[in-house]
Amino acid sequence: MPEFVLTVARFGFLVLLWIFVFTVVGVIRRDLFAGAKSSRLVAAPRGVGASTGPSRPAKVKRGRAAHQLVVTAGQLAGTRITLGEAQITIGRAEDSTLVITDDYASARHARLVPRAGQWFIEDLGSTNGTYLDRAKVTGPTPVPLGVPIRIGRTSLELRP
Amino acid sequence: MTAPAVPAPTPATTGEMPRVRESSGRRNAELALLIFVMLLVLAYSATVEATALDTITGDFWVPVALVAGVFLGLHVVIRFLAPYADPAIVPAVALLNGLGVAFLRRIDLAFADANERADLPIFSGVGGRQLAWTLIAVVLAAGLLIIVRDHRAVSRYAYTLGLVGIILVMIPAVLPSQFSEINGAKLWIRVGGFQIQPGEFAKLALVSFFAYYLVRKREVLSLASRRFLGIDFPRGRDLGPVVAVWLLSLMVLVFEKDLGTALLYFGMFVVILYVATERVSWLIIGLLLFFGGAVLAYVLGASVGGPFANFYQRAEIWMDPFAKPYDDGYQMVQSLLGLGTGGLFGAGPGGGQPNKIPLVVSDFVFAGLGEEIGLFGLSALLVVYLLIAERGLRAGLAVRDSFGKLVAGGLAFTLGLQVFVIVGGVTGLIPLTGQTTPFLSAGGSSLMANWLIIAMLLRISDAAGRPVTGAPGGRAGAAGGGPRHSCMVPRRR
Repeated sequence: MPEFVLTVARFGFLVLLWIFVFTVVGVIRRDLFAGAKSSRLVAAPRGVGASTGPSRPAKVKRGRAAHQLVVTAGQLAGTRITLGEAQITIGRAEDSTLVITDDYASARHARLVPRAGQWFIEDLGSTNGTYLDRAKVTGPTPVPLGVPIRIGRTSLELRP
Repeated sequence: MTAPAVPAPTPATTGEMPRVRESSGRRNAELALLIFVMLLVLAYSATVEATALDTITGDFWVPVALVAGVFLGLHVVIRFLAPYADPAIVPAVALLNGLGVAFLRRIDLAFADANERADLPIFSGVGGRQLAWTLIAVVLAAGLLIIVRDHRAVSRYAYTLGLVGIILVMIPAVLPSQFSEINGAKLWIRVGGFQIQPGEFAKLALVSFFAYYLVRKREVLSLASRRFLGIDFPRGRDLGPVVAVWLLSLMVLVFEKDLGTALLYFGMFVVILYVATERVSWLIIGLLLFFGGAVLAYVLGASVGGPFANFYQRAEIWMDPFAKPYDDGYQMVQSLLGLGTGGLFGAGPGGGQPNKIPLVVSDFVFAGLGEEIGLFGLSALLVVYLLIAERGLRAGLAVRDSFGKLVAGGLAFTLGLQVFVIVGGVTGLIPLTGQTTPFLSAGGSSLMANWLIIAMLLRISDAAGRPVTGAPGGRAGAAGGGPRHSCMVPRRR
């Protein structure tokens, strides 16, 4: 084998090795920086989300449908649930969709139900109540993007 | 439970489309990366033969094709049984494993007679055995994916697994030396020509048990504490299990003469404890206990000898490998010289003399590789390990149940810690201990156990990425009596 070919093969292998590393990083990049990106996206809606009311769903644009439920505070902080068509039950019970280990949560605390592209939060008769931002949830209440749902010491948000 | 005020939505068929596309996108990325990996290993094998034999034999591609076939089989299993699993894990592991097989074959070339080199049978030597073990290990991993459809089901057998784990750890310690000792470490069960390292398999069992135990105890461990010197210390009686595991790992250290395994078990438990309770005090207590134990073992080794002598000797070599370069320090010196010869870019695949390093197929595989691919190549491999550990931790962050979080966190951390322990040992950062380098070192036990760990991580990352569908509780495996046993919810007593 000529020396030239061997040298090319030797360095070519090292270069390929690093190209592989960067390709893998490229594939998982979305995940690696997901936290930073989504917090920037929700910065705007969080400010407006203070008051709640039945008029809110009208403001939600069709293009900004919620695709993820993110736990922002509490023991499960960082957990993401990809939203489908099914309802999400939240509580300490083992068969809840989101099992939260929170002393101030009830076994079956609340649930999130989708209806016509909008997610509704509904309290299931919990002891300590469910709060949408600062307001206590009494009936099914539409949840705008980026507004925190508070259950005990846990906070959840819908994200696009 | 109150009656639902909002009618349950009718499942819309159109909503399925983006989700299907999302999962198949992940799998296609995995497939593309796998093909890339196999081309990379093929290029490595070709370069090795071109350099070492000065020609490329007609069947250099056969071992690569065999591992490629079994990896593609695993990919197909994942496509059907864990479609939302992380796409980066399998290709990263496949790269390490494929390079391991090719490198061990390259070592066989170095040891073979000059006239036999060109037609070395495919399943001969260390490389051939590693190839066979790879095929078995990947099939085992696929089997775990097939049997365990929901990682939460594992928690049903947590106490059984804990017992099995401890028994596996203890067997080599109680066996007579001629059945269990190789190179001064009693880590093996040897029957005839066959040998297994039961401690490798204990890791998965012990992590599952620790995770289950801590999910149940996390509240009392994290809430009841006393503040001292600005750190929250847990109550004395809650320290019980930690002290028990500390004693267990010290016994491993003393009777099996292996600091690395002891560090691995102890670090594993402390980190799962930390993940479960979010208390930094556990890390501080853990580090203090471990260093205290290590210093104690060193002092005892210097004064008493006996079971501690091995550790004392290794610490001495670590402090000055060149003190006895042809005697105790021979392995370390050869390893450091190999790494030094490799330099920044290495001598090229096939261009070094890895046969000069003792135990190059097992403990010192990183030094042997380092001589040929240099710091540049080794750091790429370390980044690949880092990516695997990161993907495992990410799966732990994203999964929805506490048991899965602790298992994924514990397994990913253990894998990273093992790489640290052996690479740190080979490069002289910490005293050398006889750990295997995951997926690179020769050895069926290590390969199978690590592939099982990877399968578990894949299962958990699949659960993490899966969109919520159907009834609360999600997957079929959790239905019926299942969740009652898995007991994810700590209750106040």
